[in-house]
Parts: sequence; C-alpha cells; structure tokens
Amino acid sequence: MKSLLRLLPYLSKYKRTLLFGLLTVIISNLFTVATPWFLGEAIDKLKRGLETQSLQHTDLFWYAAIVVGFAVIAGIMLFLTRQTIIVVSRKIEYDLRNDFLSHIQKLPLTYFQNTPTGDLMAHATNDISAVRNVLGPGIMYPADTLMTLSMSLILMFVKDWQLTLLALIPMPFVSYAVYYLGKVIHEKFNERQEQYSVLTTKAQENLSGARVVKAYVREEYEIEQFRIASWDYFKKNLVLAKAQSIMWPLMFILVGLSLLITIYVGGLKVINGEMTIGTLTAFMTYLSLLIWPMIAFGWVTNMWQQGAASMKRLVKIFDTVPAIRNTEKTDHSIQSVEGEIEFRNVTFTHESAQTSTLKNIDLKIPKSSTLAIVGYTGAGKSSLVNLIPRLYDVSEGAILIDGEDIKKIPVEVLRKSIGYVPQETFLFSDSIAENIRYGDDDAVHEMMHEAAEVSQIANDVIDFPKQYETMLGERGITLSGGQKQRTSIARAILRKPKILILDDALSAVDTYTEEKILQRLRTMMSGRTSIIIAHRISTVKHADNIIVLDGGRITEQGNHDELIAKDGIYAGLYRKQLLEKELESL
Amino acid sequence: MSQMQEDDILGKAYDTQLMRRLVHYLRPYKWQVVIAIFLALAVSGLEAVRPYFTKIAVDVNIANSDKVGLLNTTLLFFILLIVRGIVQYYNAYLTQKIGQETIFDLRMEIFRHLQKLSLKFYDKNPIGRLITRVTSDVEVLNEMFSSGIVMVFSDVFMIIGIVWFMFSMNTQLALLSLSVLPFLIYGTSLFRKKAREAYREVRLYIARINTFMQEHITGMLVDQIFNREKKAYKEFDQHNAGHREANIKSIFYYAVFYPSVDLIGAVAVGLIIWYAGGNALQGSVTIGTVMAFLQFNEMFWRPIRDLSEKYNIMQTAMASSERIFKLLDDRSFIVESVSPQIFKDIEGKIEFKNVWFAYNSASGNENWVLKDVSFTIHPGETAAFVGHTGAGKTTIINLLSRFYDVQKGEILVDGINIRDVALADLRRHIAVVLQDVFLFSGDIKGNINLGKEDISIEEIQNAARIVGVDKFIESLPKKYDEEVKERGSTLSVGQKQLLSFARALAFNPKILVLDEATSSVDTETEILIQSAIQKLLAYRTAIVIAHRLSTIQSANRIIVMHKGEIRESGTHQELLGQKGIYHRLYLLQYKDQEAA
Repeated sequence: MKSLLRLLPYLSKYKRTLLFGLLTVIISNLFTVATPWFLGEAIDKLKRGLETQSLQHTDLFWYAAIVVGFAVIAGIMLFLTRQTIIVVSRKIEYDLRNDFLSHIQKLPLTYFQNTPTGDLMAHATNDISAVRNVLGPGIMYPADTLMTLSMSLILMFVKDWQLTLLALIPMPFVSYAVYYLGKVIHEKFNERQEQYSVLTTKAQENLSGARVVKAYVREEYEIEQFRIASWDYFKKNLVLAKAQSIMWPLMFILVGLSLLITIYVGGLKVINGEMTIGTLTAFMTYLSLLIWPMIAFGWVTNMWQQGAASMKRLVKIFDTVPAIRNTEKTDHSIQSVEGEIEFRNVTFTHESAQTSTLKNIDLKIPKSSTLAIVGYTGAGKSSLVNLIPRLYDVSEGAILIDGEDIKKIPVEVLRKSIGYVPQETFLFSDSIAENIRYGDDDAVHEMMHEAAEVSQIANDVIDFPKQYETMLGERGITLSGGQKQRTSIARAILRKPKILILDDALSAVDTYTEEKILQRLRTMMSGRTSIIIAHRISTVKHADNIIVLDGGRITEQGNHDELIAKDGIYAGLYRKQLLEKELESL
Repeated sequence: MSQMQEDDILGKAYDTQLMRRLVHYLRPYKWQVVIAIFLALAVSGLEAVRPYFTKIAVDVNIANSDKVGLLNTTLLFFILLIVRGIVQYYNAYLTQKIGQETIFDLRMEIFRHLQKLSLKFYDKNPIGRLITRVTSDVEVLNEMFSSGIVMVFSDVFMIIGIVWFMFSMNTQLALLSLSVLPFLIYGTSLFRKKAREAYREVRLYIARINTFMQEHITGMLVDQIFNREKKAYKEFDQHNAGHREANIKSIFYYAVFYPSVDLIGAVAVGLIIWYAGGNALQGSVTIGTVMAFLQFNEMFWRPIRDLSEKYNIMQTAMASSERIFKLLDDRSFIVESVSPQIFKDIEGKIEFKNVWFAYNSASGNENWVLKDVSFTIHPGETAAFVGHTGAGKTTIINLLSRFYDVQKGEILVDGINIRDVALADLRRHIAVVLQDVFLFSGDIKGNINLGKEDISIEEIQNAARIVGVDKFIESLPKKYDEEVKERGSTLSVGQKQLLSFARALAFNPKILVLDEATSSVDTETEILIQSAIQKLLAYRTAIVIAHRLSTIQSANRIIVMHKGEIRESGTHQELLGQKGIYHRLYLLQYKDQEAA
C-alpha cells in the first residue's frame, strides 16, 4: 500500500475538486438515507388515516413529492460526484501516463535492451489503469459506504447499544477475512499479471517475426508455444478466481450471522418485554443497510490491492535513475561544439559482460577530418561510436569534444551536434517526409529535398505513389533495406551535424549509389567531422585516418597507403577483396 | 492524421448477430453454463426465502413467546445461510471458469488465425493493434462470458416473477408502478447508444497509445539520438489527452444515467404513495399491499439496474467482439490448393513465367514492382540477382516463398505451379536468410532450430560450425543454451547474421535464398561463409541477392534487374562483354582497387 503514497502529489493537484466531490457524496447520502424515514411517516399517516377514516387526498401527495424531490437532489449530487471524482481519476491517469513516457524517454539504451517491450507496454496500459481504478471508484465507493455505515451505526447505537454490540460481533471477522483474502488475492493477481506480460510479449514477438515464422513453416510450433503460455495464464486466472470467489459468500455469511444474532437475542428481548417489535424491525432494516457497505468494502479492497501492486511496478520504473543525464557537473554555458573528438585511454565494458569491449583506446579525430573504422564483427566498432553521443558511458578514461569531457556537455547539446545513422535502421510508420524531418523539425522543404538528394533517396521517392507524403511501414509501403538506409542517412544529414556517424550504414546500398552518396557527403561535410564504419575498402579508402579495431584495441592506424605499407589486417582485407576480383575476372 | 476511421467505423452490426456468434463459443461448455444458471437461480431463491424466516420469527415465534421455536427458526436460518454461501461460491467460481475457458479458446483461435494471414495483412495492420486483439480485447469478453450471460438469466427470471406477483395483487397499482418503465427503457437505450460510441472512441485511443508505445520503445534510440523526446512526448500527449477526453465523455453519460434510473424509481414510489392516499378509503388498497408494492418496487429496480450494468459489460464486449470478428473475418490468406500436388522430394528447378506483381492489388491502379519477369534456374544452379535498390530483387524471393501471390503469370518449382502445392510443403524446401535478421527471445539453440525438435543438437552444432559462428557460441557461458533477449538485442548485427545462416543451414533445404545477408559481415567471416555456401550449393538451387559483386561472381548465372524488369542475364564474362549495367557496377566497385 505504501507505493500508493506516491500518488499524493497527483491528487493534491486536484484537491479542491476532490473535496467538492466528497461533499457531494455526503449530501447525496443524507438525502438518500432520509427517504426511508419519510416513507415510514407516510405509512404511519396512511395507517392513522384508515383508522380514523379521515384521509385527505393531499395528505400523502406531499410525502410523494418529498420522495421525488429528495431523489432529484440526491441524483444531482450523484451526478456531481461522478463528474468530479471519476473525472479527476481520468485526469490523473493522463498525467501519470505522460510522466511514464517522459521518464522512460530518459532511460539509456541498456534499459531497453534488457526490458521486453511487452512489459513496458503492459505497465503503460494495464498497470496505470489499475491505479486509475483506485483513484476513481476506489475513492468514490468507500466515501459513499463510509457515510452509510456511520449513519446506520449511529442510529443503531441510539436505539439499543447492547444489541448493537452483539450484532457487531461478526464484523471483526469480516475485517480479518478481507485482510487475509486480500493478501492472497494480491499475490495471485501479481502472478497472473506477470503471465499476462509473458503472453503479450509472446504475441508481440510472434507478430513482429511473422516473416521468419512463415518462411520456416513454424506456425504450428508458435501456436503450441502460445498455447502453453495462454494455458498457464488460464490456470493462474482460475487460482485467482478461486480466491476471489470466496470473498463475497463469506461476507454474506458473516453479515447473515449478525442478522441471526439480532433476531435471536432481539427476539428473546421482545419476549421478555425488554424491547418493542418496532425497534427489532428497525434494527433488521439497519443491518440490511450495512450489507452493501460490507460488500463494497471487500470489493474496494481488491481494487486497492491490485492498484497497489500495479503502482509498485510503476514506482520501480519511476525510481530507475536515468544513467545518462545532465548532472551538477554539466556546463550549461556550452551551447554548441566544433567537432574535435578525443578518446583518452577509454575502456568500455557492457553491463553484465565479463570482458571489455573496448580496451585503452587513445584516438584523436581532428575537426573537419574523416575517420574510418574497419575491423571484424564484434571488434567493438559500434561500441566505439556509440560512446560519442553517450548512448553508453565509458567505463574508464574519458571522451573529449573540443577539449571538454562530454559528460560536461549538456546531453541535448551533444546529441544535437551529431548526425547518427545506426547500424540497424529504424523508421517510424509515418510519411517519408516526417521520417527525414525527424532530424530537424524546423527544416524547410528545400532542405529536406537537399538531404534526400545527397543520400540518393530522392530518385526513389519520385516513383512512390504520394512522393514524400507516402506512408512507410505498417500503414504504407515497405522500403527495401537500401532505401531504409538512405532514408536514415537523409534524416541524419538534414540536421547539418558537426559530427556525422555512419555505422555500417551503406551495407545494403549498392556500390554505384554508395559512390554517389560518398561524393556528395565529401562536399557537404567539409569543415565537419565524419566517422564511417564500413567493411568495404572502397568505402573507407579516402578517409583522412583509418583505424583497425581488433579485439577492442586499435591495432593499426593511418591513411590507406600507410596501412597498405604496414601489411597488417587492413592490407590483408584489401588483398582479399582484390584477390577475389582477380580470381573472378580470369 | 486520418487514423480515426481505422478502428472506428465498422459496418453496422446488429447486436443479436454478434451475440449469436459469441454465444457459439459457449457451446462446448453448455452444461457448465446450465449448472451456473441453476446455481444463480438457487442463490436468488435462497435470498428470497430469507424474509420469510424473519416473518416466521416475528409473527409466529415471538408473537407466541415461543423461545424454543425461535431457537429452531434461528438454527434453520443458520443452515440456510451456510448452504447459500456454498452455492454462491461455486456459482462465482464456475462463472469465472466458463469465462476463462471461453476466452482461452477465442484467444487461440485469433492467434491461429493470425498465423494464417498473409504478409499483405501484416503490411497493412500495425502490430500494436493486433496485440490488442489477442490480449485486451479478448480479456474484455471474459466478463461477458462469465458473470454477464449467467447473471442476465437470473435477473430476467427475477423481473418476470416480480411482475407476475404485482399483477396478481393489484392490477391498477401494478400498471401505475410500471408506467415509468417506458422512460426507463428509452433512457437506457439512449444511454447505451451514447456510451457505446464513447467506449469505442476510448478503445481507439488505447490502440493508438499502444501503437505509439510499441513503436517508440523499439525506436527509443532514434528518439534520443535526434533529440526528439519532447516532440514524441507531444505526440503521445495528443493520444493520451484524446483517451482522457473520450473517457470523460463516457463518464458524463454514466453520471446522467445512474441518477436518472434512481429518480425514475423514486417517481414510481411517489406514484404508489399518491395513489394509495387517494384510493385507500375506497378499500381497494390495504397497508399490506402498499408495503408489498414498495418492497417490490425496490426488488424490481435492482435486477433492472443490474441489467443496465450488464449493458456496460455487453457494449464493451460488443465493441471488442466486433473488432475481433472483423479480424477473424479477414481472409487475406494465401489461398491453399484444395487438392495439392505431392511435393516431397524435389529437384529444385525454379521458373518464373511472365510474372507481374504489385504490392497494392487494386486493379487498374497497380504500382507494378515486377513487370513481365521470366527466368529459369535449373536444379543445383546458383542465380545471382543484381540491381539498384528497389529494382524488385527482394520481391522475387517474396514471391518464390509465396508470401504474396502474383497478379499475372506463374511461378513453377519442378514444373509445378506453386499455387498447386501445399504452402507448408513449398516453404519447407526453401530456406530464406532475410535482410533484417529476426531473433526470438529464448536461447541460441532454439534460434537455430526454431523449436523444430527433429533438428538435433549435433545438426545445430554442425550448422554453426559450417558458418563459423561456433567459436563465438562456445565462448558464451552457457554455449548453445545461452539466453537470447527479445530481438537478440545483446548480440551484434554480424553475430545475428551468422546465427540466421546457421538457422538456414540447419533446415537443410533444397532451395537456398540469401537476401543481402552477407553484407554486414566482415570480409574474413564472409569468406568463411562463402566457402561453406559453396559446399552447400552443390546440391541446392540458390538465389543470391547481394550488392557486392564478389559474392555473386561464382554464380552460374547473373540476372540484372532494373525498375522491375530483367535487363541483362548471363555469366559474369558475358555480362562484362555486354558493357551494360553490370559492367558499370563492376567498374565502380573495383576501378579504385585496380588502380592501387
């Protein structure tokens, strides 16, 4: 339950509305509870009228009018209750969900690599709506029942305090049962929710991988896997259902016991002449009024338990401190960078990995130069460039830009200066124009065109049904791997970055187009810093400086000719590519 | 954005029609449903008997000062209480069980259906929305299947009983109390309509929130690297605010409806009192009758209110089931042949005969991706497809595996039209290595054999050895049992590529398709793979799509594609002689190296 305290700041934002809402609950209850009293009066009046044979037509009309009038007032109040308390709960749900997104936006790449997407989505929808239930119905119903409960109890005590105490004996058991069952339900609910996440992730993975599943005819296997997960979910639901099903009958039995005690003890009192039959009848009416509060109590407890469980999961996410963020060390006076990069004895180890991916990297990339990185798969090339926009932070050593530790540069300034084309292209299911403009929202149409020209996607776009407004992905056309990469490059260069990073971003582009892109980039990137990771010698040979990474270390460094002269890995790669050609051209 | 219509406008379906379809799912559990209804009626019955015990205690035992009788009545009451509790427990559990059983079946049906749908369907439907169908939309039906249907029976039963009692006591008073009923029915149907609209809007926004979440969590790197957090936040805020407003609209309808129902009830009470005041002296109404009617009135509104509460469940269920059925009715299948030809041991000859294809199938408006493409690849041959991106190379392999069906022309394998063989049979003979490698969460082993158990661990290890990923796998703490995270996020692209090679090899196909898959592997590894592939190619027909000429020069034949057409075809030497597109690509790739 402690986790729910975290909602207080959200609640306090709407405290006036909520207080007003609680007021309407009180008023509506006063008018609802008063109605039976007037009804009783009406019956008495009717009885007396019949006995004296002097009943006026209008006598009862006023009672009827009061009943209807009270219902009108109670109704308006009830309307206001829902319009305040329940509406506020939806507003808080909205606030909470926005905060959720804005928080996870700050979390580093590692977090998303280790957290299944399905889990995060389940948190954003199911958990937040479980918390919402606490804030809406979870507040409205207890307020309502508390009012009925206290009013009835007061009236009962006034009539006969001894009988009241006796009749209330089963009530502590009600509380205990609610507490105990609540705990069990909470536990089982948790287990069920976890399985729901598993199920969601399974579905999500299967649907995203539909192509592979179909290509390898694994449909039946996938169905079986899903069936197993789904069956497990079914079982967990039944366990939960068992616990939940006991709740209400037990409530009824315990409340029924109260009634039983009242009838027997009260009955004896009447027989002994210590109580009137009218009082006994009244007592039983009040007890029946107590049934709903008791049920609601159990029900709301459930709601609270579930909400608390969900909130706990949310709090865990909210309390995950973004590893990469501006700190007190950040120098906010830095508003732009020039693009001179230096790696000073940088070592980098992935979380949970035993060996370092990068070891003692010392590297200077002068402003307006081009660095190319070559090396085998897993040599640490991507890791090295990922450190520059701080997708990860170095484990040891430091990276400096313009002589300043990048940890001092505000993260947004740092990233704004970098045009980054990741190894795996990710485009949004939006129009091509929007995808390119992702790099710079303020870019005018001409700038977008230019970026598309440079990256050689412009000619492809002309052939698309709606040109730049053509939708991509799930709601539009599917681009080929090369088209995706070129769109991704356009996105990066649109921002005219001081530092451009191409992480193997030309791999799916044919050599003819690649050549054109590189040519255009050379002009565009003059005066700026470029870093290119590639496998083809043709891609990297014009770079000012080429480094070869092997096992996380720089093993060779120099320009194309120097490296050829060195006769190391680079020269080997070059020869292999040359040899293949010669062999084939025989 | 014009997303609104997507989930929103569905053909006007009659509830009865949907209901009939939904009830169909209860059929396997009909005896459980019958028992549950019986138990529900028993609970109502036992509930109704309770006042009778009170009456006996007061009117008989207490009135006659019979202490022993009072004790007996009390004990009897106690037994009744326990029995009622037990019956209620079983009823509650059984209804839940029915609901869970039904939605389990339904969920599996949807999932099974999704497996059958073609890629065309997946191109059109965001995954986030599909997930909603399998998860939360199904979940919503749970309540309807469990408490919904069973409780409706007991409520209706109760209403009929009460009306019968009322008319048998006093026809005039019965008519008077029921006179408010038309208002209630009108109000309820109006509420139902409005609330349903609002609810549909709510679901639409939930689907949008899900789609957004799914996309931006997957693409979080891009958001962060392009400083788009605020922009993305703003876009999310719009969906989120839309969801809030739709909910607030829905709250308004509820806020008006519930008090209105109470008010109508109060008017009925007012009418009873007023009528009694005017007619009691004529002797047509007794106090007992008035009290009975007041109680009836109270008892009457409860099931009616419950029923309207069920509207909530029902309309929610209707909206969800409409979407579910729309999905289930989507027949974007690859149509399987009714009497498929036997396709067991094939040679692996591939023929494309005058194939025309467009991803959008609207006739007259096609955006042809392939235009009149014809070629033949003989068993054991390797054909390399070359061309600019978007030339239609990927489409060729999409069509060969029958992910899509051609609009014109035909594709033959071993001389048999691929439409005439079972889809599974066809795909079993083809292994595809896709551009974007997709790994499943699980372990390394499972990502190579994809859960196919007749691929033994030795075969897996062998495949890994051939592609040269065995050293990497052996270096992992748990080797072949090492965990793979969702989408293989902890592996490098190269490692993923190699694993997908191993996967293709483990399935030991007659036809092998490589779609640019070698492009991200370093030259060293690539040579390793190529030598392995050479061994494989001896017994297989292969289609290789790559941009690097080195990978395709060993092919028996090279086919150059341009804007959906085959422009050049022949061996390496022949094509160089033609001095066409291939020649130009060749020069661009290697002229620098030759100069060096």
